[in-house]
Amino acid sequence: MSAILNPRVPEGPLAEKWTRRKNEMKLVAPNNKRKYKVLIVGTGLGGASAAASLAEMGYEVESFCFQDSPRRAHSIAAQGGINAAKNYQNDGDSVYRLFYDTVKGGDFRSREANVYRLAQVSTQIIDQCVAQGVPFAREYGGMLANRSFGGAQVSRTFYARGATGQQLLLGAYQALSRQIAAGRIKLHERTEMVDLVLEDGKAKGIIVRDLVTGELTAHAGDAVVLATGGYGNVFYLSTYARGSNATAIWRAYKRGAALANPCFTQIHPTCIPVTGDYQSKLTLMSESLRNDGRMWVPKKQHDSRPPAQIPEDERDYFMERMYPSYGNLAPRDIASRAAKRVCDEGRGVGPNGLGVYLDFADVVKRIGEEGVREKYANLFQMYNEITHEDAYKAPMRIYPAIHYTMGGLWVDYQLMSNVPGLFVVGEANFSDHGANRLGASALMQGLADGYFVLPYTLGDYLAGEKPGSRPKADAASFQTAHKESAARIERLLSIGGKKPVSEFHRELGKILWHYCGMARNDAGLRKALELIPQLRAEFWRDALVPGTGAELNQSLEKANRIADFLELGELLCRDALTRAESCGCHFREEFQEEGECKRNDADYAHVAAWTYNGEGQEPTRNVEPLTYENIKLATRSYK
Amino acid sequence: MNFTLKVWRQKNADASGAFETYEAKDINPNMSFLEMLDVVNDDLTKRGIPPIAFDHDCREGICGTCSLVLNGDPHGPTQGTTTCQVYMRSFQDGDVIVVEPWRVGAFPVLRDLVTDRSAFDRIIQAGGYVSVRTGQAPEANGAPIPHRMAEAAFDAAHCIGCGACAAACKNGSPMLFVAAKVAHLNSLPQGQPERGERVLGMVRALDAEGFGSCTHTTACEAVCPKEIPYDLIVRLNREFLAASAQEAVTPHGHAGGAAG
Ligand SMILES: Cc1cc2nc3c(=O)[nH]c(=O)nc-3n(C[C@H](O)[C@H](O)[C@H](O)COP(=O)(O)OP(=O)(O)OC[C@H]3O[C@@H](n4cnc5c(N)ncnc54)[C@H](O)[C@@H]3O)c2cc1C
Ligand code: FES
Repeated sequence: MSAILNPRVPEGPLAEKWTRRKNEMKLVAPNNKRKYKVLIVGTGLGGASAAASLAEMGYEVESFCFQDSPRRAHSIAAQGGINAAKNYQNDGDSVYRLFYDTVKGGDFRSREANVYRLAQVSTQIIDQCVAQGVPFAREYGGMLANRSFGGAQVSRTFYARGATGQQLLLGAYQALSRQIAAGRIKLHERTEMVDLVLEDGKAKGIIVRDLVTGELTAHAGDAVVLATGGYGNVFYLSTYARGSNATAIWRAYKRGAALANPCFTQIHPTCIPVTGDYQSKLTLMSESLRNDGRMWVPKKQHDSRPPAQIPEDERDYFMERMYPSYGNLAPRDIASRAAKRVCDEGRGVGPNGLGVYLDFADVVKRIGEEGVREKYANLFQMYNEITHEDAYKAPMRIYPAIHYTMGGLWVDYQLMSNVPGLFVVGEANFSDHGANRLGASALMQGLADGYFVLPYTLGDYLAGEKPGSRPKADAASFQTAHKESAARIERLLSIGGKKPVSEFHRELGKILWHYCGMARNDAGLRKALELIPQLRAEFWRDALVPGTGAELNQSLEKANRIADFLELGELLCRDALTRAESCGCHFREEFQEEGECKRNDADYAHVAAWTYNGEGQEPTRNVEPLTYENIKLATRSYK
Repeated sequence: MNFTLKVWRQKNADASGAFETYEAKDINPNMSFLEMLDVVNDDLTKRGIPPIAFDHDCREGICGTCSLVLNGDPHGPTQGTTTCQVYMRSFQDGDVIVVEPWRVGAFPVLRDLVTDRSAFDRIIQAGGYVSVRTGQAPEANGAPIPHRMAEAAFDAAHCIGCGACAAACKNGSPMLFVAAKVAHLNSLPQGQPERGERVLGMVRALDAEGFGSCTHTTACEAVCPKEIPYDLIVRLNREFLAASAQEAVTPHGHAGGAAG
């Protein structure tokens, strides 16, 4: 094991590890809690639930987000649902099964103990959210309804029509709001973290920029929590909100935090296809649609007939053909690659041949348009708004898109990074999803981390810190970081080039999608590793960042984030190049068996976590071996 | 397609603003309105003109961040959508489009088309939640909630807090926003204990923020991107009256319970 990566997994049988650890953990006396200040960056599901829980426990909390309100965090956009091992449907679900599906779904590249704990607390999440007033879908008798999602053969997904993320986030936001009103959380909205501050090797504060006035300020705390979401926008086109970015984790990486598995990027099969160069984002159509929609393409190449004119026996229901036991519900990486394959064969549909049909004709026949409307109304409406097509009448056209980043800052079982006092929750950490995230598991992880794990593990850390010992925000380390941030902003503003920053972003995205997207190979990755540094150099020579630092300046915000993407993009390719195997979403063309991933457990059953060695230096690849005590490493088959 | 944009420009909260005219050329009809603004902004940037600041994030109609008034309509000409879901094909080639920020006293303009809507957060802080302790919730299926009730709660809970209701209202009243949150929580069993306090707290916070009052013109319903119905305001008023009456009898913060 690498010296810096100690996962601190508790001893004992899997099912008892979390209880055991909870009993071992040090407690902070109630009257001491208010002497500790916790800085929480991010107000999505991870950050809002963590802030609300810690404030309620009595800690002083400061909460930061770059949007104008915490309720607008990217989590708001999640559509399909959240998993929990409640077994309400009596279809044989259990904590063990959810655990097993998640480890298998991640292609055996996640940490067993974390995933088991996630499955254990999943049941409590639903209780918590229902008590907050989250209007989950109900059966007529009043019991909670469930549906199934990709990668599972049981119905364990709880949902609120097609807006589950919104409802869950509003629940957490309301809990956060309650603590703000009680004076226990101080909220800084429109505020972006631009650096992490360490004292004696421990995370003790952050530098933030007020996005309205441009002012940079330092904030000191006894611990820092990053809940800053995923970095999928490094690809430019993705399903992420436009503001999602990597800055917080990237700056933490540069201060010593290890960044794990950056190349593990989930590509979601059911998005609305790209239509033009001007496009600024891709829209996801919830995976739950695959419960009822059937994916197909014409059997003939370049068949341009309208779908209704293609008879049944000239259609290839490719998912059902290739994966008979999971069919349309196979996991996302499998479905995405299958779609890519049929399009590569020249059988794709739509204007540029990059699309497949998701057809609802059968379900409309079965339960009528009204029935379908009740299940998916807002999704069909959204599809109609964007494409001007009616999916009740003709099949949707879908294509894979960048959707979620499984990589992130490395954390141990306590959700602490290798920098003491720096905790990371939600999509910003790497921990639970391995090489592929199954549907409905990100919401689960965000809330598990924030409501049920961090409140214990952070207390354990703080109990070892002397109350009232945190540095002042004008200590030397803060002043240095403050100056460096100011200098960086000055540097961006003084490039004085000719090219708007969005053009650099688009070019970076194309390089990554092309060479490090659904399929990767040695030559392509090496090519990307040449192109990205060139693009980065051009950025610092020719970017055009108008305005000043002392005002609301959206071009500057963008430039600052893109500068980080230009560095992260390179690490992503480096990580993909060194992992000489295929697993989950990471498909290296050299390593395959009949078009499926060929894992190499002997050499790669580990987490790769990179540490920074300074500008222009190669980063170090650290390794945390993954051991499976409870599950046999098996070939992941969904056939 | 080609368009003429008349855009509200204002350097900061203290500056006075004015309309500026820009041309948007060769616009693909399938672009969203915001994508069109991206193109215009890159062009302005290259010409040394400060790009137009506007708020947006998800670009899929759910975060509630985007907030433009187009030709006098909050969120533009399309019914039941946000600005980010307005496509250029809904305009005619050659159209003049007037682009303004939300015009609401309680939402000061920060720059160009960006306004400060934090008043909405403070209204939620005044009671728009259920006081449940983390980690100690009872089993979720312990109390069944009829399908109809859950669906009705969802219909109200779907409000995205964008503020279009206030922007459309001649009095700048965000009553629809408050009504939606109250209807969401007060129609569920979980919301009952704080039912009366919630209504009183949120309505009073609304007044304290300097919003106008509702005079029932239903302009809000017409522009709401989530089609939250005006009827909820009627319900809110009933709840407010009942809670006020109860508060008058039991003035020590016991306005919860049996209101409405
Ligand atoms: C369209 C869509 C549908 C989805 N559907 C599902 C689903 O059905 N089920 C599921 O389980 N998952 C789904 N997901 C994934 C899931 O929504 C996300 O992974 C999850 O919500 C991330 O939550 P988070 O709290 O980690 O981060 P986010 O919600 O992304 O929050 C990040 C927060 O960090 C803040 N922030 C970031 N950087 C900074 C900085 N530098 N300074 C200050 N603040 C900062 C932001 O302001 C924000 O508050 C979906 C995702 C998308 C895009
Ligand atoms: S940008 Fe999110 S609703 Fe328009």
